[in-house]
Amino acid sequence: MLKIAVCIKRVPDMEMRFSIATDRKSLDQGGLKYEMGDFDGYALEVALQLMEKQGPGEVVVLSLGPDAVQEMLRKGLAMGATRAVQIKSDEIPFDGLAIAHALAAELKDGGYDLILFGKMATDTASGTVGPMTAELLGLPCVTSISQLDVSAGRGTARRDLEGAAETVSFPLPAVLTIDEGIARPRLASLKGIMAAKKKPLEVKAAQLGESRLTVESMALPADRPPGRIIGEGADAVPELLRLLQTEAKVL
Amino acid sequence: MATMLAFAESRGGVLRKVAFEAVTAARVAADASGGGDVHALLVGAPGIASHAQELGRYGADLVVVVEHAALERYSPEVYAATVVERVRSGGYRAAFFAASAEGRDLAPRVAARLGAGLASDVTAFELHGDAVTASHPAYTGKVIVTLRLAGSPALLSLRPGAITPVEQPRTARVESAAPGIDPATARVVVTGMSGRSTTKLDIGEAPVIVSGGRGLRAAENFKLVEDLADAIGNAAVGATRAVTDDGWRPATDQIGQTGRLVSPDLYIAVGISGAIQHLAGMRTAKTIVAINKDKDAPIFKVADYGIVGDLFEIV
Ligand SMILES: Cc1cc2nc3c(=O)[nH]c(=O)nc-3n(C[C@H](O)[C@H](O)[C@H](O)COP(=O)(O)OP(=O)(O)OC[C@H]3O[C@@H](n4cnc5c(N)ncnc54)[C@H](O)[C@@H]3O)c2cc1C
Ligand SMILES: Nc1ncnc2c1ncn2[C@@H]1O[C@H](COP(=O)(O)O)[C@@H](O)[C@H]1O
Repeated sequence: MLKIAVCIKRVPDMEMRFSIATDRKSLDQGGLKYEMGDFDGYALEVALQLMEKQGPGEVVVLSLGPDAVQEMLRKGLAMGATRAVQIKSDEIPFDGLAIAHALAAELKDGGYDLILFGKMATDTASGTVGPMTAELLGLPCVTSISQLDVSAGRGTARRDLEGAAETVSFPLPAVLTIDEGIARPRLASLKGIMAAKKKPLEVKAAQLGESRLTVESMALPADRPPGRIIGEGADAVPELLRLLQTEAKVL
Repeated sequence: MATMLAFAESRGGVLRKVAFEAVTAARVAADASGGGDVHALLVGAPGIASHAQELGRYGADLVVVVEHAALERYSPEVYAATVVERVRSGGYRAAFFAASAEGRDLAPRVAARLGAGLASDVTAFELHGDAVTASHPAYTGKVIVTLRLAGSPALLSLRPGAITPVEQPRTARVESAAPGIDPATARVVVTGMSGRSTTKLDIGEAPVIVSGGRGLRAAENFKLVEDLADAIGNAAVGATRAVTDDGWRPATDQIGQTGRLVSPDLYIAVGISGAIQHLAGMRTAKTIVAINKDKDAPIFKVADYGIVGDLFEIV
């Protein structure tokens, strides 16, 4: 029986317009919508497909955060996860290692064959929590994988590098971080949503590690200096070349 | 005065441009601290030591070389153990990695083993008395977060292309060291490698990227983009997800939130609408050119220079 944990993070919907709160170090919450991180959705889908393929098993979704993460955990249950754990913390630190400590404490004695993460959380865009948790647990870890096969206590994964890809073999239990392209997350069915209401969702207190990385400030990116449309059609090409050579000096 | 470490990334026995970026960053940090030493760590198969002086050219005072037949390719466990051992013995104020596929895998492992703070995918940084601050584009690049790293060593991974390598030649001392663990004990093993030749310029290293979108209409029309890149010379070809999803280009060419994050000197977007997920990967380019037939396409909002019109006519 395969036992898989999937760590999912509640992040703001990136399509929204962001503004910075008056403390200048957080987002103005007004009008923000939240959802499961993109890559975390892929990770959950991978876990569900493995469970379906390999017979009875367990997929546990875990999220560290305030009570608001419960709604997302229910969504994970509606997609097909067996049970959920909220690792309760009113704040989610920016420091991946602080989060990894709390996740590792929960995962340590869970008896998981696989622990899956997104390649990165779409808010922090860091990609550190997965490999950090693996190190704290002393487990083998492959990051940013776009293909996975599991059989007979071993896994094989494809990992994209710049301009190349490697095939990697590893023993279970293992930690993996999931890139896109591996599986499209399913939508929850009505039946799934109804069933999710009865599935267990446990709440545990987070044992966060110390934060050595903190947010000093946030700002919207400086607008790029206003660009200009230098012309229409092929007639504009000579002017473009001139500007690239003499003004931008990049050619 | 503080000593800094740079991890010098290589592939196929050759140093990558990001190695010089990391050494340059370490040099800047050491100078800002009042003129400390820069150490570079170079790991690879036997023979890699012959590249040590290239790191001296960018300001490394000492190059620590770890050669082993099993280290021709990146091995997460061996590399992490090797870096950790070096950092423990070196008393570094900060250690710099590339936020490349390799560096993004390596740096968090090192941070966890050392209990150190790590700022990832950094585009700029500053050294203060008791802290290092670092800028990092987060929220698909829509928010720039200034992070504060407390404690020593502070670890930073640098967005490829964000730091321009600067030559500051000196003759580096070269020392050799052993891998942190016996490579034969690694649990994760690379069993195969596929992909394009290493001679082709990678989008993470190219000073110029010509990128194509759905506006190209078919895979074979990418010839136009490739020809333009060839004509420019030091250019690589990128693509949008619309294009990689349709299989017109390999997934590894995808630029954007879920693809590569790049900062070339010049980014030429051909037939690309400029969706936020795409912008997340390229908006830190120094100069952006857009060619699109729709004058209202969002790409024109970030482009320094735009041409409205039919790409088949313009390119
Ligand atoms: C979770 C998530 C993650 C994503 N991650 C990424 C990512 O990492 N990278 C990425 O690129 N996308 C990503 N996307 C997809 C993104 O939202 C866009 O769909 C995609 O970038 C669009 O690609 P495109 O610009 O090639 O195509 P389109 O949006 O279809 O644009 C084509 C453009 O070509 C122009 N055009 C057409 N014909 C011509 C012509 N003859 N001459 C000149 N111009 C012409 C059109 O005016 C149009 O502006 C992601 C989406 C999601 C939901
Ligand atoms: N608060 C959290 N709760 C659960 N999982 C998380 C949390 N933060 C990060 N993760 C997981 O770690 C991955 C990488 O996050 P990051 O290192 O912040 O980019 C995410 O894709 C999630 O799988």
